[in-house]
Amino acid sequence: MTSLPKNPPKKKLGLVIDLDICVGCHACAVNCKEWNTGGHSAPLTDSDPYGADPTGVWFNRIHSFEVENDQTGGRTVHFPKSCLHCDDAPCVTVCPTGASYKREEDGIVLVNADHCIGCKLCSWACPYGAREYDEDAGVMKKCTLCVDKIYNPNLPEESRVPACVSTCPVGARSFGDLGDPESDVSRLVAKRGGYDLMPEQDCKPTNKYLPPRPKRTGAEGGSAAARLTPVADSSAGVLARWVDKFLSA
Amino acid sequence: MHPAKSVIFFTTASGAGYGLLFLLIAGDLLGLAPGGFWPAFTGYAVSYALITGGLLSSTFHLGHPERAWRALTQWRSSWLSREGVMAVLTFLPTGLYALHQLFFPERMPGITGVIGVIGAICCIVTVYCTAMIYASLKPVHAWSNRFVPAGYLLLSLMTGALVLNALFALFGPPSPVFLILALLSLIAALVWKISYWRFLDGTKSLSTPESATGLGEFGRVKLFEAPHTEANYLMKEMGFQIARKHAMKLRRITLTLAFVLPLLLTLLALFVGGSLAAAALILALLNAAIGIVTERWLFFAEARHTVGLYYGAAHA
Ligand code: SF4
Ligand code: SF4
Ligand code: SF4
Repeated sequence: MTSLPKNPPKKKLGLVIDLDICVGCHACAVNCKEWNTGGHSAPLTDSDPYGADPTGVWFNRIHSFEVENDQTGGRTVHFPKSCLHCDDAPCVTVCPTGASYKREEDGIVLVNADHCIGCKLCSWACPYGAREYDEDAGVMKKCTLCVDKIYNPNLPEESRVPACVSTCPVGARSFGDLGDPESDVSRLVAKRGGYDLMPEQDCKPTNKYLPPRPKRTGAEGGSAAARLTPVADSSAGVLARWVDKFLSA
Repeated sequence: MHPAKSVIFFTTASGAGYGLLFLLIAGDLLGLAPGGFWPAFTGYAVSYALITGGLLSSTFHLGHPERAWRALTQWRSSWLSREGVMAVLTFLPTGLYALHQLFFPERMPGITGVIGVIGAICCIVTVYCTAMIYASLKPVHAWSNRFVPAGYLLLSLMTGALVLNALFALFGPPSPVFLILALLSLIAALVWKISYWRFLDGTKSLSTPESATGLGEFGRVKLFEAPHTEANYLMKEMGFQIARKHAMKLRRITLTLAFVLPLLLTLLALFVGGSLAAAALILALLNAAIGIVTERWLFFAEARHTVGLYYGAAHA
């Protein structure tokens, strides 16, 4: 049934991605691939993986953007993007077969690979480019929010989070119920001014992005120059001077 | 958007087929079509060949053509599904009417008139559904506007009329009513196409690299590094871009072949008679066929998808 759930899901599981923290290491994309190539929508087919023109199915991709500003100078922002599990998911309503659906119990958007005819219309309807066509299987695939991990009774409680979340080395990804205003993720979004991508497309995405914090200037005491002043001068002890010499060599 | 051959053939062929079918039925209902079995028989045969050929070709680009029947189930929400359902339904009233007209023309109870009207309406609704598949896609600014359904309907009528005139010319002198109809639809479609291109050149999607990333408050956003070194599915399917110079050349080809030449040739057929008129009408159809395929190719190639904003496009 590709109509959206009649009763909009109360529980809205999703991700909060902190653009201030993300270092663009691609670890979440790699672990996403690792988990999901054995999961709900397995395999995540690659073609020509070691050849000249490798392509393949990835549910999570890391873009890097340059933000130019004449006043404040430029900055680089690493930007992971996966399915945003939208409230008004156009990928679901355009699907002619009922293969695409949004779960009433938690809002997760999934594809039933046994019903998908591979018409690709859902990938045209998603403004974010979150759908992935598997040329080999002839069906559409996408981020499952690791539905086979977050509810997996065989895993210890603390491991029941999406693969991308558990693997992020800097903690830039959080997972939780964005439908509950009291949840940790909702509080985080409220505190940091989390926002929707392309609100003008009216998809009401569940996933939220946290903006980079304003650049710190020297006046606030955190500038690089200040931190690099030598730790020791001639009045320091021998050991301190030796350490300083060693470190600045 | 990537211009897939199967989809171009599907939309142009089935568009012409439904236009022709509509004109055959409407022409017979109004008593405008030339009499005789063979012109009508050939007309129906060609229209069903175009429609069925188009529908079959549209299943070629599916990953699982054998499951295509499932596409008939989600008509409540999906225009693609509605299109499929209408395509199947249209066969019924139009087929009944064609059988009646061809084989039992003398018996004309009121009910066949009703079936004919239903059939003609079904043709229009089916083409409208095809157009709405595109017009309902908000991420593609070039498509999600009111020009698109109007254009699909007009071009369907226009190509249907050109096929009809070329076919009827094989059997006898062309009918002035259908020649004038073709001329009017050619002019309307030409005006529509020029206004569409004007609209396209002067408009931009609301979505920008800034709104796509939400980073606009910090400055101008430019792609620094793409996620992968090689093109992925999204870039191949949605990131297709055509150079402006090439687009302009193809627009001129479209204008000439799809509209201007068929217009002049149909006009010629209106004034000369006999085999010269027939030759002009067949030539008009051949020109229009190449022109419309170019038009449809451009319809895809010139359309930009918002996903491009994540891959370096400055606007969508
Ligand atoms: S991000 Fe795209 S694929 Fe995911 S729910 Fe929204 S529209 Fe659908
Ligand atoms: S590709 Fe599959 S999931 Fe997507 S719209 Fe077509 S049938 Fe539905
Ligand atoms: S939630 Fe799971 S499937 Fe989605 S991007 Fe993260 S790891 Fe991949």
